[in-house]
Amino acid sequence: MSRIIFNRRAFLASTASAAAMASLGRSGWATEAAPVKGGRLVVAGDSEPANLNPAIVASNGVFFVASKVIEPLAEQAYEGKDGLSPRLATSWEGSADGLTATFKLREGVTWHDGKPFTSADVAFSALEVWKKLQNLGRVVFKNLERVETPDEQTAILKFSQPTPFQLIRNALPVVTSVVPKHIYEGTDIAKNPANQQLVGTGPFKFGEYKPGEYYLLKRNDAYWQKDEPLLDEIVYQFLPDRAAAGNALEAEQIQLAAFSAVPLADLDRISKVPGLKVYANGYEGLTYQLIVEINHRRKELADIRVRQALAHAIDHDFVVKTIFLGYAKSSSGPVPAYDKTFFEPDVTKYDFDPAKAEALLDEAGYKRGADGNRFTLKLLPAPFFNETKQFGDYLRQALAKVGIDAQIVSNDTPAHLKAVYTDHAFDITVATPVYRSDPAISMTILFESGLPAGVPFSNQYGYANAEIDKLIKDAASTIDADKRAGLYKELQKKVADDLPLINVAEFSFITVARDTVQNVSDNPRWAVSNWSNVWLKQ
Amino acid sequence: MPPLVSLFLKRLLGALPVLAIVLVGSFLLLEAASGDAVDAYVARSGALDAEQMTQLRQEWGLDKGPVYRFKAYASALATGDLGWSTAFERPVASVILERLPITLLLMVLATALAFLFGSLLGVIAGARPGSVRDRFLSIASLAVYAVPGFWLGLVLIVIFAVDLRWLPIGGIESIASGKAGLARLADIAAHLVLPVTSLATVYLALYLRLMRDRMSEIWHEPFVQALRARGLGRSRIVWRHIARNAVLPVVTMLGLQAAAMLGGSVVVESVFAIPGFGRLAAEAVARRDTPLLLGIILCSAVTVIFANLLVDLAYGRLDPRVRTGR
Repeated sequence: MSRIIFNRRAFLASTASAAAMASLGRSGWATEAAPVKGGRLVVAGDSEPANLNPAIVASNGVFFVASKVIEPLAEQAYEGKDGLSPRLATSWEGSADGLTATFKLREGVTWHDGKPFTSADVAFSALEVWKKLQNLGRVVFKNLERVETPDEQTAILKFSQPTPFQLIRNALPVVTSVVPKHIYEGTDIAKNPANQQLVGTGPFKFGEYKPGEYYLLKRNDAYWQKDEPLLDEIVYQFLPDRAAAGNALEAEQIQLAAFSAVPLADLDRISKVPGLKVYANGYEGLTYQLIVEINHRRKELADIRVRQALAHAIDHDFVVKTIFLGYAKSSSGPVPAYDKTFFEPDVTKYDFDPAKAEALLDEAGYKRGADGNRFTLKLLPAPFFNETKQFGDYLRQALAKVGIDAQIVSNDTPAHLKAVYTDHAFDITVATPVYRSDPAISMTILFESGLPAGVPFSNQYGYANAEIDKLIKDAASTIDADKRAGLYKELQKKVADDLPLINVAEFSFITVARDTVQNVSDNPRWAVSNWSNVWLKQ
Repeated sequence: MPPLVSLFLKRLLGALPVLAIVLVGSFLLLEAASGDAVDAYVARSGALDAEQMTQLRQEWGLDKGPVYRFKAYASALATGDLGWSTAFERPVASVILERLPITLLLMVLATALAFLFGSLLGVIAGARPGSVRDRFLSIASLAVYAVPGFWLGLVLIVIFAVDLRWLPIGGIESIASGKAGLARLADIAAHLVLPVTSLATVYLALYLRLMRDRMSEIWHEPFVQALRARGLGRSRIVWRHIARNAVLPVVTMLGLQAAAMLGGSVVVESVFAIPGFGRLAAEAVARRDTPLLLGIILCSAVTVIFANLLVDLAYGRLDPRVRTGR
């Protein structure tokens, strides 16, 4: 309405907008001009975690801010050895028996308070923080026994049980944020004030936090990477309203909105605004899976034919095109296609075929009743994303077509988690587990049996399959990288056959930025990497 | 003790049973909601294993029953301790004190604006009931009254912040601008224009209608006819006699609306990214932070009691008939 009357720029742009259209893919980060130093980058803030220490809370919300201040041993990269680029470690090596992992550390690095960074900091972080307190580190470093520090630039991790170095390597960007020993030692680490007032080695220092308003990061003049960082300041401004990020970008009050802060529904309009660019890459390392979780305690759902019928009833194409507006891919298993090491393309696939679904349901003995229904299911769509709710609505209709009456139960986030993962009060759900670079980090717990009730995003489905459990157990202690990958490929084939849950699509986030912001999305975890090479074109 | 303070304390004492009921009720409601603070925390932090979740529940006292927890809360409250916010990992009192002034500022400004312009326009409309002016203002106010505050806020943002770029899009002041003194005040004022306008407009329309309707009734009262018969000037009748009488229900409404305005600020604060009380309340619910929510409710209740006290005092000023009730 008002847009038509008031927007003089939109009118001028209508002739020139083709050139300013969304640049998707890697072409978006080619830089022509020489980088300019200075300036303040204002981005849309995501959340305000009470604990901002990435060594303790390895979550995207924390990394988004903290990754600029506190660095891991290595970061993911599109190119480079093992798909990594060195940060605080310059090289890494695992022993053949899987009991030792050796890291050479960077020289000449100092903490933001001026003290030198040494192997003692890595040893302290590994033993006291990652292994004991960190949500993901407790899995990866479960068998870490001690860390030897023969000199200031060498840290040798010693394990009590064989631990695949492939797993450690894949986990480096996420689980190895190094914190300063001299600040944390002898304190209650979980309650240390430095968990808010971060002290790290990164390109930016923690400046200021105003609750409900912003985080401010300032450049670290003593950063080890010569001539970086390029920006003077990064500001995260909190914008709770869903429409706010798009408006703020248009009004040039912020220059970047990551993590799909601009909702998919607004992207079409926003991408036509001159001066704004849409990036669909830079999140490969944080790929989400849209799945249907299944409660195998329900007798109908314990029947493989019923699960196959559910899979045949879902039109992946519709989900990708209509719900995700093309910003997603159909998926056939729990490993995203992006992960070339572990992805197994050759698995049983379930085409969209309602007639086949009906035949399978008939065969299983669940004929349509007088009202056309075979049975009723309680469907709990996770409230995490707009798209999960929309897919819930779609699923209800898709299942109705094959004679299954899915009743939607809507909850807010805490209530949803409790209902599904603690109380098991569901028949099917819509969920979005995240794949974190290695199947052992957060994927296998979706299939492993015998987990205690209450663990979120895990097999609380009453599903137990001895073969699958064995594969998971074997892979956990297989040191040889190829053999280990082979076991996980086998696992993907097995779960595609047995359908403990149904994979529908893989998706990630979108970044919208002003075209003055350079070097956006230049690695697979860009939003949660250190941004030391980001600069603003004048 | 100054009379105002003792009066306020007396009111507060009288309101204690109500406060207690509100507290117990909110506690039970939050208790009845499925999922606790740890579930909410897990959703934000990715994943935790069973051991960590048990640990966190112990640390936050969630492993104990609701009766135990409420008793503990109440006994701490009796000593003036509002408790520990699980969402912010800080004392509730410090979280609230940070946000309260901002919401109060927003509310006071919006109320003042709504009252001032609402009653003023009401007088203009009510001075000649049935005139063109009156009809125009009546219809316009009805239209404005039908508009939800948040929608108005979004429209104002699109027009004045996105398209015209006259005003900032949100926040309470420019981020880390280093402004001080008058420059900072001006900056805050610029940030408040849109949120205050969208919060005030709806109430402005309400006060306008109240004022105008009451005035058009008073025109028919015998005392007005007596005044006219004595040959008093029209403007003197309108201002000194009719408006003064008509403003009483508006003032009453002012007190009643104090609570509603707190509610309205939840939405407006979200739309304009203002770090206020309302947004905090929404967050406390989403994160199942019982102590924080109870603290917010307590503070809001005290604010409303205080606002009504002020209204009563003003009432005494305006109407000599009720000046005694102390």
